[in-house]
Amino acid sequence: MDVTSLVPVPMAAEGHSPLMPVLSEVILGLIVFAIVFFAIRKFVVPNFEKAFAERTSAIEGGLASAETKQAEADAKLAELEAQLADARHEAARIREEAREQGAQIVAEMREQAQSESSRIVEHGKAQIEAERQQALTSLRAEVGTLATSLAGRIVGEALEDDDRSTRVVDRFLADLELHEESRGAGSDA
Amino acid sequence: MSVLDVIQAPTAVQPLAASGEGGEFVAPGPGSFELPPWAEVAGFGLTKSMLLIVLSAVIIIGFTYAASRKSAVVPGRLQFAGEAVYGFVRNTLARDNIGSEHFMKFVPYLFSLFLFILVNNYYGIIPFLQFPTFSRIGYIVPLALIAWFTYIGVGMWKHGVLGYFKHATMPGGVKGPILILLVPLEFFSNILVRPVTLTLRLFGNMFAGHLLLILFATGGAALLSSGNLLYGAVGILSFGLGIGVSFLEALVMFLQAYVFTLLTSMYIGEALADEH
Repeated sequence: MDVTSLVPVPMAAEGHSPLMPVLSEVILGLIVFAIVFFAIRKFVVPNFEKAFAERTSAIEGGLASAETKQAEADAKLAELEAQLADARHEAARIREEAREQGAQIVAEMREQAQSESSRIVEHGKAQIEAERQQALTSLRAEVGTLATSLAGRIVGEALEDDDRSTRVVDRFLADLELHEESRGAGSDA
Repeated sequence: MSVLDVIQAPTAVQPLAASGEGGEFVAPGPGSFELPPWAEVAGFGLTKSMLLIVLSAVIIIGFTYAASRKSAVVPGRLQFAGEAVYGFVRNTLARDNIGSEHFMKFVPYLFSLFLFILVNNYYGIIPFLQFPTFSRIGYIVPLALIAWFTYIGVGMWKHGVLGYFKHATMPGGVKGPILILLVPLEFFSNILVRPVTLTLRLFGNMFAGHLLLILFATGGAALLSSGNLLYGAVGILSFGLGIGVSFLEALVMFLQAYVFTLLTSMYIGEALADEH
């Protein structure tokens, strides 16, 4: 055995070159590939495409619904914020109103109290005046009586006659008033 | 020499002549691909490659049908795997090369083509099968012819017969006498040579890869059984390299399936293109 046996022989035992196709293999290859192709086209690709399409639509549907939900949530949020702002406005308005009303009430009350107090003062004054008049009247009568009885006691019991003494006292008082007036006029002059 | 004399078996004068069964070591060659028929059916010799290619149809149809049968929106493990392969061929190979307008018509063809080549290539490193079907050129010829008829047919459907020849042989924007040189060249490269290169590329890779694996395996076995310690060590190295080459082959097998399908879709896309 020498080295040449290590070099691959170009021809096989039957002298068939590996580059020459064998017809039966060509035909078999064609048939088998055709079977594979038609089976895949009929049974496999439509199923894969169906799965792809369904997945795409599922994802797109999910995205769309998520977008809708997001939009809804945004709208809701905006609405709630608007409501909140409205409520704040309302509250501020009510507070303002209440403050105004309070001030008004206080002013009214003060006025009322003032008028009441002045009314009470007025009433008090009137009462005092009335009482003074009454006191004056009764004092006048009493002064006369007292003076008469005093004078009577001093001069004796001649002045017991009421009518007469009353007249005397009245005259005296009238003189007195007259005298006071003239004195007042004199001092004025 | 003295060391060799010590470790060499005294009778091992002609080391490469030793083989497991006592016969001479025959280096693998093209003859290794001419397997004897397993059985005789209606006058035809039924060979291993014939059984393997039929088996590939069963595997491909079985796998893809099982993976796509449910077509669930949320895929299971099997469907996910099937969709990964299908989506790869559909989007990366078909859509990117043919364009989104027409690609769906070619997806079944390209998907079948890719799986057909892939499965038949991987036979080469699957234990017990260990024979890449496409190291027999006869099985590639129909695939190349189908690709050839497809892209030329598609081009003629799109541009008309003469329009297609003009589209394929006259590069856009080139005018004048240079066309006398260019048109035959383009005709040769775009129309005549393509099916041949498709065939030879796949065939050559599978053939050479398998030859390499046989060489490392049978050579390793012959060296190990030579009865010589040094040759035995080289035999172990040979097995180790054989394992390494198997991994390389696994890559080449995928790449060849990918390239064949990629080129086919590129040819189709080019034939469908409006301008060069």
